[in-house]
Order: sequence, then structure tokens, then C-alpha cells
Amino acid sequence: MELEKISDNIWEIPRQGEMKVPARFYASAHLLEIARKDKSLEQARNVACLAGIQRMAYVMPDAHQGYGFPIGGVAAFDAETGIISPGGVGYDINCGVRLLRTDYQAKDVLDRRRELLAEVFKEVPAGVGKGGVTKLSVRVLKDILVKGAEWAVENGYGTRDDLLMTEENGRMKEAESAHLSARALERGIPQLGTLGAGNHFLEIQRVDKIFNQDVARAFGLDRIGQVTVMIHCGSRGLGHQVASDYIELMEDTFGVAGLPDRELINAPLRSALGQQYYQSMCAAVNYAFANRQMISHWVRDVFKRVLGSSAGMRLVYDVCHNVAKVEEHRIGGVSRRLCVHRKGATRSFGPGRPEIPAAYRSFGQPVLIPGSMGTSSYVLVGTAEAEELSFGSTAHGAGRLMSRNEALRRFRGEEIRDELIHRGIELKSTNWRGVAEEASAAYKDVEEVVRVSDEVGLGRLVARLVPMGVMKG
Amino acid sequence: MVYNSDRRSTLRYTFLDHTADAEFRAFGADLAEALANAALAVASLMWDWDKVMRNVSRAVDVRGRDLPQLVSRYLEEVVFLFESEGFLLAGVDGLHVIKEDHAYRLQAVFWGDKLSARYPLHGAVKAVTYNDMKIEEGDRAMVQVVVDV
Repeated sequence: MELEKISDNIWEIPRQGEMKVPARFYASAHLLEIARKDKSLEQARNVACLAGIQRMAYVMPDAHQGYGFPIGGVAAFDAETGIISPGGVGYDINCGVRLLRTDYQAKDVLDRRRELLAEVFKEVPAGVGKGGVTKLSVRVLKDILVKGAEWAVENGYGTRDDLLMTEENGRMKEAESAHLSARALERGIPQLGTLGAGNHFLEIQRVDKIFNQDVARAFGLDRIGQVTVMIHCGSRGLGHQVASDYIELMEDTFGVAGLPDRELINAPLRSALGQQYYQSMCAAVNYAFANRQMISHWVRDVFKRVLGSSAGMRLVYDVCHNVAKVEEHRIGGVSRRLCVHRKGATRSFGPGRPEIPAAYRSFGQPVLIPGSMGTSSYVLVGTAEAEELSFGSTAHGAGRLMSRNEALRRFRGEEIRDELIHRGIELKSTNWRGVAEEASAAYKDVEEVVRVSDEVGLGRLVARLVPMGVMKG
Repeated sequence: MVYNSDRRSTLRYTFLDHTADAEFRAFGADLAEALANAALAVASLMWDWDKVMRNVSRAVDVRGRDLPQLVSRYLEEVVFLFESEGFLLAGVDGLHVIKEDHAYRLQAVFWGDKLSARYPLHGAVKAVTYNDMKIEEGDRAMVQVVVDV
């Protein structure tokens, strides 16, 4: 496909055919070469054809092909005349990341990290088919869908300060539980408070490099060697079912004729079905917020028990990676309400945005980008430029490079564990095949992804975190 | 194709290389057999179906507006029964597809067992997708599906 080079890290597919706007890639030549090998470009071009799309279809540096929309895709549609698409959010609604800071230094934890990880592993249910500790009634589940992390805090999982440091304060207010299917609720009941499998993880890390001292300090990351905890998980089967259900309902209502890809199915945001999907998606977002909030609470409990204190284990931030939100953005100098889809992308708002916690508002929001297993993760800060460049968005991770099949052919889980231990990283997992599939060599280089983000200005580097202990689902 | 569990002379299914997710082709002498094998392919991403006892059964009865929707809804049953009640699929009996006026209907019996410590799990399936889905009927039937994992 024809691509125009705008600068070293910016490439565009010019508007052509059915495209309503151009499609733009933020990538180094090397990352673009990788994206060209799958259907990312074709998918970005398809997104650019959708009704009401504004400015451009954007693709972040960690892109790879998804369903309908590429992973790493950002697209904004007019909130009155545009569409909403379950495929633009993804199956794992509010798959996201949160980061806890601690007052501990790596040396305080080094000898105890095996014990710490073993206790976390015991406390936080992980892996496929591992039910949550709480047997929920449908009534309580519906309460959680409406209240999100607020429900968790009200029930003793964490503090109100945690809510202030969560996107949307841990609760999307448009959430409505009435439009979720019985199947979605049934899948949600046994899985609350579980990490899940696949690429989901919990890591004990240390701050290894600080790029911007002032911003890092504002985020509570004070010094090299400081211990942090990162939690990556989402809305589990409940969110997956909401996506599947609404893809089907939209197909039944609007048909699939004329769609280049069935999973681009969408509904006008203002239509009854569009609203029902949006409200149900918000409910799934809230489920995921509650999930991460409960897991954080258990992690604090373990630190307190093993190390004597969990004081200072403040939440730095909690970000969504798969979501659609109605936000204000300026287009041609005019403020407009847009439905911004981020599928495998992180919101990256710059200074001054009212959505950002007051404590961070003069700096920009924290952006959390996990690496692959055993590699660094990054904290970035959102920028004002990003609002012009990508509706305030940047990358969400390393992005896969190699199929799970190929990873299984090349790696063995036990060997990866041994290699990590050799590098001083403890690993706990429920299954070795999953570990092999998630080998870091199966992912793109997260360093290059964050470098492009920093150079283009989508999100600027603040700190690098390296793992000390990894728990895989 | 490292982890297809085929023990027969004819191939039940094979996994293709897909960057982020799992893509397979399931085969059969007719569409019904290919669909039965497709359910086993989905199960193989989560547990070793050929090591699961046939102790309990579940009736499956789904409709789809067209064949892709039918295939998607049917394969979702494997995931749903696992997540909602810990049912592990071991085999599919009596699968048949009926063409109705404005829909397709699939009925089958899933055999398997309840999740327990004797059955190790090795992966999760998030959803069955329409991405790259191909359905070839006839005496060498084939169903190709991408599964979000």
C-alpha cells in the first residue's frame, strides 16, 4: 500500500477511494516495516472510511493487526453524527494498567522478593478458570457494574485516594447494567478479582532510570531503586461477552453488506443500540476498575504482612488501554465533542485537562506502558501536542511480533524462567506454555516504541521500571 | 502446527501463524465433522481435550442468521460453558446443521467433565471472531477461525 513519509516517525496513507480522512502511522522505519507485514495498514484504511470520522485514523507505534480496527488504533467520531464500534474498543474492554509506588527500596525487598511473590501468587487469583474469592449475587454484580472501583472502596478494598488516581475516578457514570446479557453476567460472576491469563500480569519492579526528575517526583517516583507494583488486567469474560453480544446485535440491526470487514460493524452513537452498547461498555469498564482495585488491596495486604508495612503504597495512576470515551477536542480551532476510540492505546492528556487528577494537572497525566515479560516498563507523561497529533493518545505496550505458535516452537517456559532467575527476576506462573507464548522475544522492542512516542511528542519519557518479580496468569 | 492434538490418520485441525492471536483450520468429511473438530480446536487452546473424561454432557442448540454467525455462536459455547460452570469439552456427538427459513440452526451434544485439579489448563480464549473466517462446505469441508486469546 502506498505510504507517504511525513517525517522520520510519521507516515500517511493519503485519502483515496472510500476514505473520508487520511490514515496516519506514528512509527520508526523499522516499526513500520513490521506493521506492513500484517494487516495493520489495510485495517487503518478501513477505519478511515467510517461515518463521522474526524481528522485522521491514527495508529500508534506498537501497532499490529486486530479485528476490524488495528491494535494501537485511535479514531474519533463526532458525538452527535458519528458512530461507535465495539471492534474499535476490542474484546477486552478496559484492559488496563495500574501502578502502585512504595516507600521501599530494592535492597529492602531483594532477599524477600521470592516470599513476597509467592504470597501475592497465593492471594491474587490468576490463570484461566480461577474463580474469584468472592461469590457474587447478580444484584451485587450489577452494583459493581454501576459503581466500579467505588464499590470496591466502599467494601474495604483500598481508599478514596485510590479513586482520585484512577481514570474517570474509577467509575464511568454512563454505565447501565440493564443492557448486559445474562451470559455476560454469568461470565462476570466467577471472575471478579482475578488477573486472567494471556498477556496479563502482576510485577514487582524497581525504578531503574529517571528521565524527568520533576514530573517523576510529582508522580511519587522519587528515586532510583524505589519499588513499584504494576498490575495489568481487564474486564475478563464479562467484557468479552459484551463485545460479542453487541457485534451480533449491530449486525442483526444494520446488516453487514458493504462492510470491508465484518468487525467494523458499528451503530450511530445517538441510536438506541449505540447508546446501549456505550452504557454496557461503561459497565464493563467499571468491572475492570473494580477488579484492579481489589487486586491492589490484596497486594498491599501481602506487603504489610511480609515486610511489616504498606504505608506509602499509593496509587500512581490507573489507565484504560481499550475504551471509547466522549471527550472535548479542538478541531480547526473549534471545541467539539467526540467519541474517541482507543484500542490498544493509552490516553495521553497534557497539562490543564480537567480529566487529570488535580495533583498532576500542571504536568500532564501519567501514561503507563508495560513492556513484555522480563523487560522494562515505562512511565510517560501526556502532552498538549498529543491532543493535536492523536486526540491525546499514545502507545500501550510492546506489541506482539511473533505468533504464539512460533513462540511455542522456539521457547520453553521452564527455560525462560531459568533465564529470568539468572537475571535476578523471580517468575511465578500457572502454566509454562503461557510463559513460552509470552516470551519477550515474541514482542517488539518496547524501548523503540517509547522512543518514537517521546520523539514525536505523543507522550514524554518520565521513568523506566525494571522487573524484580513477575506473576503471570 | 505444534499443538494440534491429532491422533488419527486424518487431520482434525491445524493452527496457522497469527501475530497476536490463534488461527486454525478444522477439517471434516462434511461441514458437521469440520464443526465438531473446530470446537476441539478451540478447547485445545485451553486444555488437552483428549485427556478429559466423558462424564457429563451439555446439549448445544444455537441459531445464526448466516453460517459465520452460527459458527461464531456455536464455538462461543465452548468458552461460555467453561467460564460459567467449569465444563471442559472432550468430544462432540450428533452435530447437525439445519437450514431454516431465515436462519441456520446447529444442535449437538458436548461431552466432557467438570474442571478439577486433574486437568491442567494452559491458556484462555477471550472470544471467537469473524476475522478471516472461512467456511467451505462439501466432502472436504473446512472451517477457518481466528480466536482472540
